[in-house]
Amino acid sequence: MRAFFARSDVRAAEIFLAVGLIPVVDLNGAHINFLTDAGAFVLLALGLNIVVGFAGLLDLGYAAFFAIGSYAYAMLASPQFGIHIPFWIMLFGASFIAAIFGILLGAPTLRLRGDYLAIVTLGFGEIVPQTFLNLSQYTNGPNGIGTLDQPTVFGLRFGFNPVPYFYLILALIALAIWLANNLRASRLGRAWMAIREDELAAAHMGINTTAAKLAAFALGASFSGLAGVAYASKLQLVSPDQFQFNVSVFVLSMLVLGGMGNIAGVVLGSLILSSVDRFILPQLTNFVHGFGLDWDFTNARFLLYGVILVGMMLLRPEGLLPSRQRAAELHADRSDPGAAAQEQELYERAL
Amino acid sequence: MALLTLENVTKRFGGLVCVRDLSLSVDAGAIVAMIGPNGAGKSTVFNLITGIYRPDEGSIVFDGAPLGHAHIDAIAGRGIARTFQNIRLFAFVSVLDNVMTGRHARMHAHLWDSLLHTPMQRREERDVREHARELLRFVGLEAQAHAYARNLPYGSQRRLEIARALASDPKLLLLDEPAAGMNPREKDELVALIERIRARGVTVFLIEHDMRFVMRVSERITVLNYGEKIAEGLPQEIRTNERVVEAYLGKPA
Repeated sequence: MRAFFARSDVRAAEIFLAVGLIPVVDLNGAHINFLTDAGAFVLLALGLNIVVGFAGLLDLGYAAFFAIGSYAYAMLASPQFGIHIPFWIMLFGASFIAAIFGILLGAPTLRLRGDYLAIVTLGFGEIVPQTFLNLSQYTNGPNGIGTLDQPTVFGLRFGFNPVPYFYLILALIALAIWLANNLRASRLGRAWMAIREDELAAAHMGINTTAAKLAAFALGASFSGLAGVAYASKLQLVSPDQFQFNVSVFVLSMLVLGGMGNIAGVVLGSLILSSVDRFILPQLTNFVHGFGLDWDFTNARFLLYGVILVGMMLLRPEGLLPSRQRAAELHADRSDPGAAAQEQELYERAL
Repeated sequence: MALLTLENVTKRFGGLVCVRDLSLSVDAGAIVAMIGPNGAGKSTVFNLITGIYRPDEGSIVFDGAPLGHAHIDAIAGRGIARTFQNIRLFAFVSVLDNVMTGRHARMHAHLWDSLLHTPMQRREERDVREHARELLRFVGLEAQAHAYARNLPYGSQRRLEIARALASDPKLLLLDEPAAGMNPREKDELVALIERIRARGVTVFLIEHDMRFVMRVSERITVLNYGEKIAEGLPQEIRTNERVVEAYLGKPA
């Protein structure tokens, strides 16, 4: 009889328990606040990983779905229109709405690949926040929508204490990881893998490539819907400037740094980049202020991301914790005796 | 009984007529070959059958119903599987996963099953994995199940492509130059493999350049030249057909 839980499940449970104990040990609200925001970006990275890592569709406008999830909550659970749909319904309602937009925005790109796909998604990433900015009669334009409803559990409000949000995000991350892992080892996951490797051959396997790609856009977007609702309800405010192009690039950088296609790598990459952004750079700025230097390192964050991306591409293009497959792909030339043998064989046969 | 029938099929690319008024039929349970010089339009015929191209004129009937405007994946679902002239395996995917992917058309897991790993999904995954292992045994690749497809030797990649195509339990298997680049021993094995595939109840339609191989394996041969059928018949008839000899070697002076 096989053990009911695989060893990797037990390991994952241990990690989640350990992380869950952080608010008990560390009573510094700022730390918990930081971890909660970082967790929202972990969710975003897990969602983008489905589109880019699993299905191989380069999406440079992913922040659009984060925006749609956040604005859906802001419009349907705030005094803005006097609509107050409960948080827990909106959590999944908004991810459903984001998934619908994932399909709507994905549909025009189905025939595109690589650079062309990236450029069109880039356009969508610009259009969505612009739309929220300019529909000011509904969204208050640049001021955004404020005083969103706070989640309640058994009649108790979350309030302004970050700890309940921390556990909310942690639970959502656990859910997202479970779902992403399921997808990877499934009929749909294999279909994405086949499309990424060879779209024509994939179609010859009977894979409806249109449906499979739309499923990737929809599921990827639904994860950012979860992140959007959680993030917006914690911040109590949504405004167009939270969803600019740099957010899309920030999340994509997390994938590149951590290891596209590998869930552990994606989580690691997003935690590192969030720490750099929210923790290390401000601390460094404070530190040099102590020496009377008036340098603001937080302004150099994009310089730093650029350096990280270029450095990764040169030194370790598969990411810090790569998927086995991607590492093999990127190092096929030097670390793959089978391929060398194959080329030799082809060469000999040709003679 | 004809499993596949092409009726007066023509395919043009701009001014170039690649396939001209081609009619042919493949009987269920047969091993049939199509030969012809380079550029005769053989691969184009396969691409027309599998839905990569649509005929400009004429129609293709498979298993009693016209293919019409069906998409590539729908045609695969109806029971036509193929291999490619230049191997198109999923290179950085395990041998086993390549074959499991080939089963896609016969699987029933929907998005929700894939997302939640429902009991139905787990049962199906187990069955598909077992079916894929059986096919790897069938082509003699069970020991390499966990290697990357691209790390296999060339001849094994060809056999893996066949296993992947068989995974969907096709009625018709199209092999596009299956013996290309193989040594004599591998070709012998391939002849035996094609016989065993037919014994499973799969009709085989193949394109091949190697005449000795074609003569050994096929029951009927169609010869194409400049997109037109110039001969059709039993191997011994084709061997001595004047127009065929002329197409390959040129007119005697």
